[in-house]
Amino acid sequence: MSVSMPGSQTNPESGVVGSGGATAPLLAADGRPLKVSLRRAMFKNKARALLLVSPLLIFLFVAFVMPIFSMLTRSVESNEVITLLPNTAMAVQAWDGEGLPDELTFAALAGDLKQGQIDRNLGRVASRLNYEYSGMRSTITGTARRITNLENPESWKETLIDINSNWADTGVWRVIKRESSGYTLSYYLAAMDMRYDEEGKIVRQPETRRVYVDLMIKTLWMSILITFMCFILGYPVAFLLASLPLSTSNLLMMMVLLPFWTSLLVRTTSWIAILQSQGVLNNILVAIGVVDDNNRLQLIYNQIGTIVAMTHILLPFMILPLYSVMKSISPSYMRAARSMGATGYTAFRRVYFPQTLPGIGAGAILVFILAIGYYITPALVGGESGRFITNFIAYHMQVSLNWGLAAAIASILLGAVIMLYLLYNRIVGSDNLKLG
Amino acid sequence: METPTNTDRKGKKKSFVVFDSVQKTYDGESLVVKNFNLDMDQGEFITLLGPSGSGKTTCLMMMAGFEVPTHGQILLDGVPITRLPPHKRGIGMVFQNYALFPHMTVAENLAFPLQVRNMNKSDVTAKVKRALSMVRLDNFGDRRPAQLSGGQQQRVAVARALVFEPELVLMDEPLGALDKNLREEMQFEIKHIHDQLGVSMIYVTHDQSEALTMSDRIAVFDDGIVQQLASPEALYEAPENAFVASFIGENNAFVGDVLELSEQEASVKLPTGQVVRALPVNVSGKGQKSTLSLRPERVVINPEPGTQPNILDAVVHEVIYMGDHLRTRFSVAGNDNFIVKTPNSFGVSRHKAGDKITVGWNVSDCRALDA
Repeated sequence: MSVSMPGSQTNPESGVVGSGGATAPLLAADGRPLKVSLRRAMFKNKARALLLVSPLLIFLFVAFVMPIFSMLTRSVESNEVITLLPNTAMAVQAWDGEGLPDELTFAALAGDLKQGQIDRNLGRVASRLNYEYSGMRSTITGTARRITNLENPESWKETLIDINSNWADTGVWRVIKRESSGYTLSYYLAAMDMRYDEEGKIVRQPETRRVYVDLMIKTLWMSILITFMCFILGYPVAFLLASLPLSTSNLLMMMVLLPFWTSLLVRTTSWIAILQSQGVLNNILVAIGVVDDNNRLQLIYNQIGTIVAMTHILLPFMILPLYSVMKSISPSYMRAARSMGATGYTAFRRVYFPQTLPGIGAGAILVFILAIGYYITPALVGGESGRFITNFIAYHMQVSLNWGLAAAIASILLGAVIMLYLLYNRIVGSDNLKLG
Repeated sequence: METPTNTDRKGKKKSFVVFDSVQKTYDGESLVVKNFNLDMDQGEFITLLGPSGSGKTTCLMMMAGFEVPTHGQILLDGVPITRLPPHKRGIGMVFQNYALFPHMTVAENLAFPLQVRNMNKSDVTAKVKRALSMVRLDNFGDRRPAQLSGGQQQRVAVARALVFEPELVLMDEPLGALDKNLREEMQFEIKHIHDQLGVSMIYVTHDQSEALTMSDRIAVFDDGIVQQLASPEALYEAPENAFVASFIGENNAFVGDVLELSEQEASVKLPTGQVVRALPVNVSGKGQKSTLSLRPERVVINPEPGTQPNILDAVVHEVIYMGDHLRTRFSVAGNDNFIVKTPNSFGVSRHKAGDKITVGWNVSDCRALDA
């Protein structure tokens, strides 16, 4: 802050009072310690700076920090049992997890179910427990319906087991006990293709139900591939941009930025027009005889489609940081290297390229982070095999309404990106990052 | 210069660098370098001096191989190098902003030219060490260029240009970014290195005092043409045209018409009517316009009548105290910017603004040049 602040300057004589003793704190002219004076002098500046950015800070807090916090909470939250079956949740705590709970617990359950039936809110807890133990939905709703008019039978335990034999299953009670703490790991387990087995131990999902880990790995390597493609395609363009005369490079820059001025949907659908089996590219290939008409290439609705379209969309994010770094590299470095006897290639490899590394780092991390969280393009052109993990997050948000699982997957994605960034920071160093 | 053998007594090669009617244009419309001829001996220190845009840097870049002459030839040690790529020329070069590689340490910078020559590691280390001690930076090998001061970076750049032992070193305004004191110190340092190693140097600058201190010969550039190629002394004492006279050192100039012209003397009539007697250098005949050039330290103040061939009335405008000398600005024969330097020695009378006195000078100190 270089704003001059009339009225807040420190006394020009401050600091000269130091009485020779090196240990005594320096005093300002008015006798206050110099550090306090400095803090006071700087306070107004700092306050003003804070005031200026406060709208942004508030916006970020409301629109960014709070949603992330809410997502993280939701991914571990499980308050259905504790709020909708409160007496059961309390009673089951006394149970040691072996055999069946005592009569009191069964009575508490019956009471909770009756109350739930009156309040008509058993659906939530039923479907929540159904994620953990299939069949629980009908067990709970069925039982609740049957006991509504039942008053104090001899034994709730026997009555309930009579109504539904699931209540005699230790596993059911273990699930209820586990879920009555208010928090659960089960969303994260599901997101990592794991689950609790009957004994409550964590095991992997059966082979046929493993989805997310493979998908996450696929998302990861496709993002890496897209980043790499952007680098390969973007580096020469950035080099041209930085070295051509201004009029030519301005034109080229317009062409680089042109995609930014076009809607993402337009760009993605135009790739469909180009790549589909009756599309422009296939027609050309058939026309020149490279591909047989009956054997057209499948270039879209698979991984190829996702990679091609996303490379195109994310290319500017690689080119721009590279360009800004290359622009700052004086041509005299290459000349110096050449004058010292290096061939053009050696000069490039040993002098030019290393100096562009901050740009490569910035571009790569930008493209990678954008790619790993991309949603629309893979959804439109990815088909079955080109889908990203984000498409499953959206599925659980919108279709299956399992928000806890969606939040857990998203949190894992967030964690993975942060981990990769830290790793990158450790290897490359964030001060070697030049975003422009 | 024309000798039958190609080496002089010390074994130094004659005509080590030759520019033979070199021309250069960038746009095909105007010539940046119009007709450059240079014959440089081995071990010589030649400075290309001129205002910016005069073509001096272009000449250096053609020598280094970064620009190709549009016409003419450049020879290095008798071999035409006009089409040779820069990395095969073996010419050391110091750049304007040093061009030290920021991602390498000082030692790695110095090792670079040796490594690209595939020199073995122990030789590289030894040579780097020697080069560092030559520029008195022995303990700075592990630092990055950004951690060095301007003067230290400058010395590293010089060391890097010399470490692979080129016979010719080019310097493109290498001291431009330094402050005045450091610049003067570095001038001597570069001069000493030149004397010690005996390398040939071509040095580009727009700073005339730098050129005068360091060079064996100076080529004064203007408008793509070498106005004069001579030793510093000859340039200052005997400029051949008005541009050189005004560009090198301080200069009082009058423009007038030539009345009389002989071998030894030209009489020039100033617009105010006075007639000045001067040494004819670059005038061809009577009736022509001529610029008279007179160095400020050659003017005598208040001469006895008859002791000087030229005596004119003068009005003092201001006296500037410079410490070791006084700088007095007069109005003489319509020239309001007539400067006289007088050493600040004992008994020198100081004038005040408005004083009316006379100034005088010798015929041989006043050179009649082109208009």
